[in-house]
Amino acid sequence: MIGIVRYGAGNIFSLTSALDRLGITYGMINNEADFEQFDRYIIPGVGHAGAAMAKLENTGLVPKIKALNKPTLGICVGMQLLTAHSEEGDADLLNIIPVKTLKFKDEPGFKVPHTGWNNVYPQAGNPLFENIPADAHFYFVHSYYIEYDGAYTLASTNYINNFSASIWHNNFFGVQFHPEKSGEYGETLLKNFSKL
Amino acid sequence: MLAKRIIPCLDVKDGRTVKGVNFVDLRDAGDPVELAWNYSRQGADELVFLDITATHERRKTMIEMVKAVARQINIPFTIGGGIMEIADADALLNAGADKISINSAAVRNPGFIDELAKAFGVQFVVVAVDTRYDGNANIVHLNGGRIPTEKETLDWITEAESRGAGEILLTSMDHDGTKAGFDNNLLKIVNDVVNIPVIASGGAGSVQHFVDVFQKTNVDAALAASVFHYGQILIPDLKLALKNQNINVR
Repeated sequence: MIGIVRYGAGNIFSLTSALDRLGITYGMINNEADFEQFDRYIIPGVGHAGAAMAKLENTGLVPKIKALNKPTLGICVGMQLLTAHSEEGDADLLNIIPVKTLKFKDEPGFKVPHTGWNNVYPQAGNPLFENIPADAHFYFVHSYYIEYDGAYTLASTNYINNFSASIWHNNFFGVQFHPEKSGEYGETLLKNFSKL
Repeated sequence: MLAKRIIPCLDVKDGRTVKGVNFVDLRDAGDPVELAWNYSRQGADELVFLDITATHERRKTMIEMVKAVARQINIPFTIGGGIMEIADADALLNAGADKISINSAAVRNPGFIDELAKAFGVQFVVVAVDTRYDGNANIVHLNGGRIPTEKETLDWITEAESRGAGEILLTSMDHDGTKAGFDNNLLKIVNDVVNIPVIASGGAGSVQHFVDVFQKTNVDAALAASVFHYGQILIPDLKLALKNQNINVR
């Protein structure tokens, strides 16, 4: 059963709807004791990374999250929170995965936010991307991206530059795209996470 | 590579879709959820629902519809029509809408764009612009193109972007309903001026029109209603035709 970390950053109706459709059970985490009821966790999030981090800090859950040893998936800004730092609000983040969240550079012909369906190229053999083809489209909407890093990038996408569509370190995973809005393959990814 | 998006637009009144729809295997052509599900299965990249309800009950019925769509559909969707205040947008976000589209409320009160972007992020805010050429200039119009404003289209779009629009949905009222093709001249100018995604709307009548709008203007997405609803263009056929022209689609 998945525990969804509630810290006031963004709406989760679409995420819980996707889990309902897939028959994946879940509950909400509002305090430290709640973590014990679940065997895996999702950290959702939309909006401003610096503001999201401030909200997460207000919950007092940060030390507990950093110490988690069960599968944990950050989605969109929830993924960016796993990184060391974001240029959005010049904010220090959880630093669970030591990479940086950067702003897309101005580049003629490339609009920001990066909005729409783009190809995702995962490393072969990772169970999070099982049964998902190597160039499958996922739905993105973001103005900041996580740098590509050979050690932590689990899947890459190209927009202006190569960046991390997904990161991975031990039990922590993150996806920049929205699996709950990414059609069939997004649902496959959520299903895969529920079985990790 | 970022794919060009194909977006069917559905008009909704009192929680029911209006305008004729003739999908063969549809049990209830007025059910927005069933229609949306069909479009997503066909390969639509995104959906837009425009609420044309005029009653006081509108907000409540729309929220119920948005929730029902969000429960069943696994692609992004935008809600437009009658969003006048932050509370309207907040209710739609909580019901599962990915974006909202504002039009006349933004023209009458441009600061509304700033407020929405600040409250929800630019990615949530689509500014819809209805434009018509008056013989001298492209002018922003309200009420489905019936009422001209003082604003020149290009100026307004630039202002909307600077205030926090995350996307522009540009409908050419000169082309809308003609099925003679998108307004490629204007769309190219607009697309070159802004640095946010542009959705082309108005005039789609054939597959070639979609090829033309992507090749000639490089807009990010193309929206249409009746050609999809009446089955004149099937989305899988359209995607294949675009692919054959080396236009990147999902």
